[in-house]
Amino acid sequence: MGSNLSLAYLMLSAILFVIGGVGVLIRRNPLVMIMCVELMLNAVNLSFVTFGKMLNDISGQIIVFFVMVVAAAEVVIGLALIVAMARRRPGATADDLRTLRG
Amino acid sequence: METVVFIVSALIVLAGGLGVVSSRNPVHAALSLIATLFGIAVLFLNLGAQLLAVVQVIVYTGAIVVLILFVMMLLGVDREEDLETEPLVGQRFLAGLIGLLFLGAVLAIIIIGKDAIVTGAQSVTGAISPTISNISQIGTALFTTYVFALEVTAGLLTIAVVGAVVLSRRPNDLAPIPEPESMIDMGDEPLTVIPEEGAH
Repeated sequence: MGSNLSLAYLMLSAILFVIGGVGVLIRRNPLVMIMCVELMLNAVNLSFVTFGKMLNDISGQIIVFFVMVVAAAEVVIGLALIVAMARRRPGATADDLRTLRG
Repeated sequence: METVVFIVSALIVLAGGLGVVSSRNPVHAALSLIATLFGIAVLFLNLGAQLLAVVQVIVYTGAIVVLILFVMMLLGVDREEDLETEPLVGQRFLAGLIGLLFLGAVLAIIIIGKDAIVTGAQSVTGAISPTISNISQIGTALFTTYVFALEVTAGLLTIAVVGAVVLSRRPNDLAPIPEPESMIDMGDEPLTVIPEEGAH
């Protein structure tokens, strides 16, 4: 507990979060963007479990459960939106969502 | 031993993460995502969260990534993307800069703070028991302390399922909505068109 290995877990989590965040910022395929959001959520999950271990608390693992449920709901809605969008215009990128205006 | 497992899994996780971001083909990105999620499941095991490791494999790699791959195959968007062109000038540079700044800040906090970054009392809501099994402990906590959050979660999932059905229903039961014209034919106009004086 509180060892250097726990800090290494936190660093790995930070790096993974940044990788996912940069992916969301630079990729334009909505499916890949959803995957990058999953990366970010998993990085946060990892740090939750690490903090739970450092504090010797079970809640860190329970919060991860709720995050997973929210991630599943988010993916379901996101994929439904992508399907609805692709039905209108196949091969659309995130930039094409501007046609949603007015 | 724990360190060795951590290093190997961390390498898998990072390689998978970079693969998700840099793959030109979305299917390759999804496969890289599976590698990352498996690596994180191993890390969960390493941290003593056995139930979470199993749920990670079943829910994420078994359900979420497969769902993403299904949609990919359904829509046929598994063609390669042109990553060379940069539609927004400076987008990648700015994104990388923001990412590096954030990473630097967090790593600085972790490195400078060392163990002091974890503040607060230990084991407030319940210590991780060395004798009771992980799944039993989590189940007890979920159905006692967190039972309200658990019920709200059920509502969230129901709403998500209903929303997905509503969103992806083909709306042709009343009158068929005409297909919109192709955006390519409409021309690639900017978001806000400022009319110029005398221009036609």
